[in-house]
Amino acid sequence: MTAPFEFCLRLGDTDLILSQRLGEWCGHGPVLEEDLALANVALDLLGQARLWLTLAGEREGCGRSEDQLAYLRDAGAFRNLLLVEQPNGDYAHTMTRQFFFDAWHLPLLETLGSSSDAAIAAIAAKASREAAYHLRRSRDWIIRLGDGTEESHRRMETAIAALWPLTGEMFAADAVDSSVIDLEALRPRWQSEIESTFAHATLAVPSDAWMQHGGKQGVHTEKLGTLLAEMQFLQRAYPGAQW
Amino acid sequence: MLYEVFIRSQHGVAHKHVGSLHAPDAEIAMNNARDIFTRRNEGISIWVVPSEAITASAPGDKQPLFDPAQTKVYRHPGFFKVPPEVKNI
Repeated sequence: MTAPFEFCLRLGDTDLILSQRLGEWCGHGPVLEEDLALANVALDLLGQARLWLTLAGEREGCGRSEDQLAYLRDAGAFRNLLLVEQPNGDYAHTMTRQFFFDAWHLPLLETLGSSSDAAIAAIAAKASREAAYHLRRSRDWIIRLGDGTEESHRRMETAIAALWPLTGEMFAADAVDSSVIDLEALRPRWQSEIESTFAHATLAVPSDAWMQHGGKQGVHTEKLGTLLAEMQFLQRAYPGAQW
Repeated sequence: MLYEVFIRSQHGVAHKHVGSLHAPDAEIAMNNARDIFTRRNEGISIWVVPSEAITASAPGDKQPLFDPAQTKVYRHPGFFKVPPEVKNI
């Protein structure tokens, strides 16, 4: 089955928005090494976003390019997960957001890698190598911050409490998702990654809680608007500008 | 903590020092080394070594360590006649 426009858009927007958030750290990283690493992850995700958005444009069939999709849509037309539009917060917050995402992203891409849709499978196979490294990095930081000082542990607990209600959306499939992949089937692997890493990190896994949804249907937090204002400024001020 | 990073560019070649970086422990140092030094296909193997594990010569030791070599020409193998049949020495 050929994945529809809407599905490709969700993957592309999620990568794009997380990339933009990570890019905000550039020049502000806690140490030079982390500054570089965050920028590298951001660039990986930006590269993946370009592939998904280009494919989305093809599937839509209206001639929209990756640039038009990225820069000329308003918040209500974005289909990214709510998790990735959350502001950076402190480093515990950024790494927790990243870890929740990476632990989902890798099994997602590995599953899509054997999709019968050849274009989807090719992009996913390429992206999953990068995602494997992202997960290794964020996992290592969760362990060190959780099992670090009293303060880093406390900050991790705050970040987990704030971001946990946004994780349910990753597995909540509607008809668009279900036509391509069984998202619920990814949950056991995600859950066991969270549990084993948190056990190392001396952190508690939250029990099931109320989960917030809407990003994939275009209902976003107000934080996406300010992100887009910055990300889309150039293209809106100088329509059609090229590098 | 400071780490020194060594990268082997291909099989059969020695690891070569490429720079140093900060990391709280060896695993993170490995991650950082990957991000800083190997994003452009530079290598196939990385070593990270705590900088403090390296004992370095002091600039003041230059004379006793290196100077004697200058005056002892017999230490250089320039006196041997290479037979014409021997190639690739």
